[in-house]
Amino acid sequence: MKNELPKWADYGLIPLINLAIAFTVSGLVVLFVGENPIEAAKLLLRGSLGYGEGIGFTLFHATNFIFTGLAVAVAFHCGLFNIGGEGQAYIGGLGVAIICLSLDTVAPWWITFPLAIAASALFGAAWALIPAWLQAKRGSHVVITTIMFNFIAASVMVYLLTGMLRPQDSMAPQTRTFEVGGQIPKLDFMMDWFGLDIGGAPLNLSFLVALVAAFLVWVLIWRTKFGYELRTMGTSPTAAVYAGIPPVKTVVITMLISGALAGMMALNPVMGEQARVELDFVAGAGFVGIAVALMGRSHPVGIVIAGILFGMLYQGGAELAFDMPNISRDMIIVIQGLVILFAGALEHMFRPALINFFEILSINSKSSSKEAA
Amino acid sequence: MSEYAIELKGINKSFGPVRANHDINLPITQGTIHGIIGENGAGKSTLMSILYGFYQADSGDIFVNGNKMTISDSQAAIAAGIGMVHQHFMLVENFTVLENIILGAEGGNILNKAIGQARKELLKLEEDYGLTVDPDAIIEDLPVGIQQRVEILKALYRGAEILILDEPTGVLTPSEADHLFNILRQLKDQGKTIVLITHKLREIMAITDNVSVMRQGTMVATRKTSETSVADLAELMVGRRVLMQVDKGDANPTDVKLAVENLTVKDSRGVIMVDDVSFEVRAGEIVGIAGVAGNGQSELLEAIAGIVPAETGRVLLDGEPINVTGGADPALLREKGMVHVPEDRHHMGLVLPFEEYENSILGYHNQEQYLSGAFLNIDAIRADAKEKIEQYDIRPPNPRLKTANFSGGNQQKIVLAREMEQDPVVLLIGQPTRGVDVGAIEFIHKRIIEMRDAGKAVLLVSVELDEIRSLSDRVLVMFAGKVVGERSPETSEGELGLLMAGVEGQAAE
Repeated sequence: MKNELPKWADYGLIPLINLAIAFTVSGLVVLFVGENPIEAAKLLLRGSLGYGEGIGFTLFHATNFIFTGLAVAVAFHCGLFNIGGEGQAYIGGLGVAIICLSLDTVAPWWITFPLAIAASALFGAAWALIPAWLQAKRGSHVVITTIMFNFIAASVMVYLLTGMLRPQDSMAPQTRTFEVGGQIPKLDFMMDWFGLDIGGAPLNLSFLVALVAAFLVWVLIWRTKFGYELRTMGTSPTAAVYAGIPPVKTVVITMLISGALAGMMALNPVMGEQARVELDFVAGAGFVGIAVALMGRSHPVGIVIAGILFGMLYQGGAELAFDMPNISRDMIIVIQGLVILFAGALEHMFRPALINFFEILSINSKSSSKEAA
Repeated sequence: MSEYAIELKGINKSFGPVRANHDINLPITQGTIHGIIGENGAGKSTLMSILYGFYQADSGDIFVNGNKMTISDSQAAIAAGIGMVHQHFMLVENFTVLENIILGAEGGNILNKAIGQARKELLKLEEDYGLTVDPDAIIEDLPVGIQQRVEILKALYRGAEILILDEPTGVLTPSEADHLFNILRQLKDQGKTIVLITHKLREIMAITDNVSVMRQGTMVATRKTSETSVADLAELMVGRRVLMQVDKGDANPTDVKLAVENLTVKDSRGVIMVDDVSFEVRAGEIVGIAGVAGNGQSELLEAIAGIVPAETGRVLLDGEPINVTGGADPALLREKGMVHVPEDRHHMGLVLPFEEYENSILGYHNQEQYLSGAFLNIDAIRADAKEKIEQYDIRPPNPRLKTANFSGGNQQKIVLAREMEQDPVVLLIGQPTRGVDVGAIEFIHKRIIEMRDAGKAVLLVSVELDEIRSLSDRVLVMFAGKVVGERSPETSEGELGLLMAGVEGQAAE
């Protein structure tokens, strides 16, 4: 088939090539600042996967990216580019805060947690509602509106964290620390089964919630009627009109689901790590989600893998910055940026060449089989 | 100087398995207006795109003024003195006329000089050809006729000696079209060579010196316009194809199932595409709508199917009015028993990247048998798809195969199977055999007749006249958005061809 790659190449080879290029260029950068790239790579791997606590941190970061990656992917299947995950997650944190601040002293975590899940999803979805509505009804591009809503979310949260949500006697722009009822258990017991000690790593129950969410997203997209409508809309809008699929409803619901997934990201840092809502706790995870979704080819399995990879970069990168004096924290961001650039933005760079390569390959194999016959 | 401004020899061009141009030879004499006529999809635009450097011919030679040329892009075409006026204008809407004219010929980073020079040139062109345009007007404020004039000026400014116009009158009112023809005559008098692409016979007769007829990618004839007639050209265009044999008994029409009353449809630009059309389709008959593509049949079908809203008029389905003007919901129409095989199966009837079984429920995915609650009942859908695959002999018989990987004929069968197995009241079919292999055509035709014999009301739209004639019980001919006549399918191709070309007076005899 023309302009098509075998599935394994599409889902496996292309991300691998992109990653290899990203790391090669990163290696050159490391070389440039006077460090040994091989050593740096070793440090990065050891830091992220080499010991229990490293793995704990890697999976903790991955949890954020899986949520935001799924958010981007769901919208993407409907032909929508939701880049407002950052803001939706931030507002999702507000939902978590409201539940935890009001219930943490009276209820155990297993009551607050489900409520907080619902609240984070609800708040994240609500934050996606206006851009969704504007897109569906007015054709205002969702890329523009969601990114604007990121700024609004940031301002709203600063206002709340310096005002209403800040305890009277505190100088810090954050909520009070939640009591035990507002904290979710760590997964140290689970890691213990593998003989790993996560130490101080904040890996918590929301990692499992993220995995469940990934499964549910798969079910939603490929096994439900709504998922069918959503995919039809995203793949062929004219066919969707022909099939009588209501465009406004489909766009709005898709964006609500996307916003809800982004909102749920807040559970991990807010209830699982800091036990309070801090200023800018999302810290760019909403944007990393875009790269994760692109790299994971909008498939939940790919997103989980890409999420873990980015978790490794975050955790391993921190260790690297610590161990190699010439490689600063900013350097790590450069490397992450390169991965995002190659895996995300330049995702299709090698596709045409690869398609040609496979075409030549198939022609050669055909002609050689003819010769053989 | 050579006798011919342009000479094409042995041009071939294929897109995948489709041969858009097959061994085309075309000589165009200096200083003449040369018409190229043919139905949509006959390969006219492809041929001109090759001449203008948009496409490269697979084989064949192009001679301009007797010199063999390789035209690799539009820059090369311009350098060779070829200018093109596209069907859809290539103008920057919020630029002035002058800014548009110098676009691509700015000649440096500072525009003042170029603009000053262009203003002078423009005045000269105006004098020479009577092409008056306000050079400082903003394009979007100008009527389409004037915009087209700007396109012509653009080509002349670049020194075009040979001007290609692709369906220039498609967007013009009749008086604007007359004006255009005057300009073209004037250009010819000044020694320019003009190539006019159209599917309107009247224009050819009115203005050209020579005419070439294309049909299905081949050049079937080149004539002097003075030595030919509309009837002659119509026949060449449509072709005297062997009437396909379809076993078909007499129709047994009973109750009116679909009634269309005074339907008017405008397209997105506000041009009237369907103009006050009324007709009825009864249970047990096939009503065919004949016409050259682009005369409103597609819009008519889509309005009835609820895909585009109509401007005015009523449509009654089984006696009940459907909300055609407010945009009827296609899903609701399906529930009421109107099914639709759309003309464009690639963009509308199918979602090509989906697997076959997923397309087998498109539009019917709300039906209970395909669902369990909010979930798709994948097993039931696949079993159902398998059944239809067998029944309609869809190959390869694999419901998990990506739809894009089926051949055109099998893709069409996927759509037909889905729509026909709904036991509809009314069946709307657009271009049932477009791009379909011969074997599948026979099968599809048989199924359509079977639907009729089962008492369905069938409305058939096709640009294939022989298909209309062999399937229909009554034939309506559309021209310029109107139904210009009703004939029996036994009417000669010549007469129908004239009606299709809008030559009512002669055909009425």
